[in-house]
This record gives sequence, structure tokens and C-alpha cells, in this order.
Amino acid sequence: MNAEQSVRVEDKLYYNRYLVDVGRPHVKVRRHTTPSLQLLALLKACPARCYELNDKGEVEVAVDGCIECGTCRVIAEPTGDIEWNYPRGGYGVLFKFG
Amino acid sequence: MIQEKFDAIVVGAGMAGNAAALTMAERGMKVLQLERGEYAGSKNVQGAILYADMMEKLIPDFREDAPLERHLVEQRFWMMDDRSHVGMHYRSEDFNEERPNRYTIIRAQFDKWFSSKVREAGATVLYETTATELVRDNYGKVRGVRTDRRDGEIQADVVVLAEGVNGLLGTRAGLRARPTPDKVALAVKEMHFLPRETIEARFNLKDDEGVVIEAAGTISRGMTGMGFIYANKESISLGIGCLVADFQRTGETPYGLLDHFKKHPSVASLIAGSEVKEYSAHLIPEGGYRAIPQLYGEGWVVVGDAAQFNNAVHREGSNLAMTSGRIAAEAISQVKSRRDGMTAKNLSLYKKMLDESFVIKDLKKYKDLPRLMHTNSQSFFLTYPQLVSRAMQNFVRVDGTPKVDKEKVTIKSFVRARSWTGLFGDAVRFARAWR
Repeated sequence: MNAEQSVRVEDKLYYNRYLVDVGRPHVKVRRHTTPSLQLLALLKACPARCYELNDKGEVEVAVDGCIECGTCRVIAEPTGDIEWNYPRGGYGVLFKFG
Repeated sequence: MIQEKFDAIVVGAGMAGNAAALTMAERGMKVLQLERGEYAGSKNVQGAILYADMMEKLIPDFREDAPLERHLVEQRFWMMDDRSHVGMHYRSEDFNEERPNRYTIIRAQFDKWFSSKVREAGATVLYETTATELVRDNYGKVRGVRTDRRDGEIQADVVVLAEGVNGLLGTRAGLRARPTPDKVALAVKEMHFLPRETIEARFNLKDDEGVVIEAAGTISRGMTGMGFIYANKESISLGIGCLVADFQRTGETPYGLLDHFKKHPSVASLIAGSEVKEYSAHLIPEGGYRAIPQLYGEGWVVVGDAAQFNNAVHREGSNLAMTSGRIAAEAISQVKSRRDGMTAKNLSLYKKMLDESFVIKDLKKYKDLPRLMHTNSQSFFLTYPQLVSRAMQNFVRVDGTPKVDKEKVTIKSFVRARSWTGLFGDAVRFARAWR
């Protein structure tokens, strides 16, 4: 079922308004060599596809398109795989409609 | 900067937070409200349906200047399989009343207006301010919050945690557990813009009449979930959500599910030609009554989604939020007027008042439904929709087969799929959980 690959999430995020807090990502992935099951689940569960595998097989997060739902926190914060926070006040996604 | 002490700090400017801040400010309390977004609503996502009855209890004449989309005259329930839907529609002229009962709204616009009312009532509202931590004294009593501004802590007699489903402050302070994947749903949503006339033609509406569709079935691919299609003045709010645990288990992507929903023939025809202007996502509490945490303590109360108040059966969350915010504020105000301290014992009045309200009564009524849906998701979201669709087609399609034989085929299909004990059991379990 590779329908998901053809969904261009970047196109969806393009409509949204963001104020990126440059240099201060509000979510961080703990350093690892082999990603845990929880981290791997984030590759698919994040609605903004912020999590990806790099060439070394590690899970990386890019928070620019984050819509701050908290799904990754529910899945991967209990195991300590990610450090999760809200962005600083006024930063991050700013919904025009919500 | 903030040397003064407040009577209350409200964390969050959503439905619960605004209701609480407004109610306390109107009773003369010195209220500080903190919102991490640039404006109220910038961080919130909802379908959205506004329940006027509960809103009237806060702002009786809200209809005069609140930004409202369409007042609802029709409700549709769709049970969907991949190529069809079986629908139950209820439309009534009764809903074209002077003070309509439900409206679609657009949260970023509504919350901005609601927040302006909170300021008008005299509360101090600080936007772009993320509360990061609850501050407690040596006895563990909450005495204020710390924010991400450089001002250190802000003190208050009581903190109202209206911080939403993620509940960062409360979970960090150990006041309640972080939501688990089986207790929250992830919903993704898009705003589809179309000319008014097109929306009105497609949904058979005139003036500001509105329709909402709640859909379930194979659209959630065997997972526990629901889709929605709501008509606004010049746009359609459309989305779908499933339990996070189900997403985690199946590896389905939320955006893949959304696109699959949009491509369904019944849905595609409603949004054809639209311009998408936003894509959003949010978590929704789905644990029901059994997931409600401790609601009050020394110097704090929790309201709204942060308290997991959501009636998934009726898609009611924002009205539970605003009601719990109002009730918490009334309880706090009563304690203050007695010149009593904001102790857990005194704040228990909030829970007592809440228990007597529809908020807890409704959640109690449906306390077993979340568990039933989750443990039987295949049946309710795949098997039954498919069976019902085929049964309806069998009934509707005229092909010369005698009706007696047609009925036999339908009954046989149900029994083969679920067996007589399964069918009976499902009915009994559902009826019990509903009651």
C-alpha cells in the first residue's frame, strides 16, 4: 500500500502559516544508532511527516512543518526517544482557520 | 515585569480557558490568561460545531457579533464502505428558529472574538506566552506558573489548567498521566473553499442554513475512527481521525487516510473544484469517563480537553470544555467570596458542581462505549458497514429475484460474517454500552 508515498505532504503544509524559531527546534530526537519501534512508528504517524530516516538509518526530525498535534509525544516521549516541547510563545504553526 | 499577584491564572485561551477567564473576570476577580499562540485560536483545531445552549450561558447575546458560519438544519450520519454510503439524514424546519441550536464555526476566527470578550470583561490576556511549568511552594501547593518570557514566575491563588489535550503543565507536574495512544485520536483536517452558491447547491441550502455529515466505516480501514464533512459559508471543513494506537499498530498514515476519504465517490463529488487553504491536525481525547483524571488539587483545577472531557458518541467536546471552564470559575469565585483559601478541599466544589451537570452525567452514560468500539473495531468499522451496504443494495436493486430469496441472502450474509451469537452479542453489548 504505497498510496502514502504519492501523497505530497509538503504540498499540504505549503498552505499553512508558520513562524519558524530558527535554531531552536521544539522537538529533538535522542541520539541512537538503531531506531526503536516507537521512533520507527513516527515515520508514518506524524501528520506533517516531520520524521525521516537518514542515510545512516537513524530517525531525524525537522520541525519546520510541525503542526504541534502531540502525536509523536504520545508515542515516543514515554520511552525517552524524543524530547518534546511546545515552541516558544508566538512561534510555530499559526492556524488561519483551525 | 510581572510583580503583581493575580487571583487566578488561566493557562490557555481555547473554549475552556476563555469560559473560565470570562466568568471570573465578570465576577470581579483579577485574572491573567496565558496563550502560547500569536492570537487565540492560532493553535487550536476543531471540526467545528458550536453548541449555542452552552455558549448562551456565557454570552447570552453572542449571536449579535460572534463570527458564525452556518446554523445547522440537517444532520447526516453515513455508514460507508469503499463505493457506497448508507445514510440517515435528519433535516427539519424547526432548526430555522430565532435562536438556532448549533452552528458551524471556524475556530481561529471564533476564538479571536471570544478572547476579545474576555479582555472586555477585564481579564489581562498575554499572547505569545508559553507556560512552561507550574510553580509550587514547599508544601506542594501550586502558587503560580513559569513562562518562557524572561520574567520568572507569575503568582496567583489558583491556576486553571485549560491547556488542552496534551496537558503539558499538568503532566509535567505529576498531576495526571500523559495521554496514552489508546486514549487519544489523531484527526487531520483540511479547509476546502468553494463559492457559496456551489456549497448551497450541493447541500441543498439557502441563506445561512448548514449541514454536517459524520461518517464511519471502511474509510478508517478497520481502525476505530470517524470522518466529518461540515458546511461553512464559503468552505467545507473535512477531516478524519483514528486512535493513535491504531495508527501506530497499522502503520497507516493520517494523510493517506485523509486522501482515501476525499477520493470516496460520495465525498469527492461534494468537494470537487475546491481550493484547499489549510491542513491541520489535533489530538482528541477518546477515553471518555474512565479517562478523567484528578480534577483539582492544592491551588489548581483542570478543565476542558486537559481533563479529557469529550463525548465521542455525540462529537461534543467544545461545549463540555466551555461548561467545565464556567463551572470551575463559579466554584473558584464562590470559594473566594467566602474568603477561603484555594485548597483542594475547597476546590472540590468544582467537581461536585460538575457531577451534577450534564458534563459528567453524559460522560458516565457512555463510559463503556470507547472500550467496546476499540476492542471490536473490525466489526463496527469494516464488517458491519460492508454487510449493511450489500444488504441495502440487495434491497434496492431490482433484478427479478423474488424478494423472499433476496432477504434470505441478506440474512445469510450477516450470519456467515458474525454468527447468530456474534450478532446477538454485538447488539446486547452495544445496547448496554449505549444505556
